[in-house]
Amino acid sequence: MFLGPALAVSAILFALGAAGVLLRRNAIIIFMCIELMLNAVNLTFVALSQQLGVDGQVFVFFVMTVAAAEAAVGLAIVIAVFRHRESVNLENINLLRG
Amino acid sequence: MTFAFWFFAGAAILASFLCITRRSPVSSALWLITTLFNVAALFVLLDAHFLAAVQVLVYAGAIMVLFLFVIMLLNLGDAAPGENPRWSPSRVVGFLAGLGLLAELLVLRSAVPPDAIRLPPGVVAGEMAGHGAVQSLAVPLFQAYLVPFEITSLMLLAAIVGAVVLAKRRL
Repeated sequence: MFLGPALAVSAILFALGAAGVLLRRNAIIIFMCIELMLNAVNLTFVALSQQLGVDGQVFVFFVMTVAAAEAAVGLAIVIAVFRHRESVNLENINLLRG
Repeated sequence: MTFAFWFFAGAAILASFLCITRRSPVSSALWLITTLFNVAALFVLLDAHFLAAVQVLVYAGAIMVLFLFVIMLLNLGDAAPGENPRWSPSRVVGFLAGLGLLAELLVLRSAVPPDAIRLPPGVVAGEMAGHGAVQSLAVPLFQAYLVPFEITSLMLLAAIVGAVVLAKRRL
């Protein structure tokens, strides 16, 4: 039930998250958009697990764990960068561009 | 039930759109929390009750609190003055790339899984009703997926150490 609509909603959420990553310049908002994309993929897993067995929901577990670890490390990096640059705007953080 | 599905789906899409367009990081985070709650409601409608609870507890509860904590720690509550609202070429490219990605994903939706691996309808829902939402998830997690589970705990340990090392001023 709801397989097609759920996949469509997941596609729209993923595209919105990707658009946010490409359009925004604030590092924290970009992290939030990545969380949004992970959530869209979780929705796909859950929708397909209705027909393909409960393993999809186990995978969602692992995705959530990776998302938590990624948020912790990513926000630590943001704090470290902010301490050096006094900014989280990605246009000011271009040291590696050469 | 169909109405509920479309209601929560529309709310999730609207909230995520507001999340990526708000200028202030705090309101962006709050709209993302709204999105996560609506996706949790969609999980309930898709027979994943335990994951819906975990979504609210871990995502909306823990991860987003961490985000809001960092936003307020760094005092980023106001809209960043450097955030440029104009349409620069890179933004147009990003917008077009997003539209292309959306079209691609919507086309991929028509690729249904083959009948050979598809379970008859109602099997997963019946298992959830028979064994309970937690047991039907815990048995594969601690039997078939035991090694990935242990590796996940190692990854969490590495993330803890990494976060402390990165965020600490000096060790």
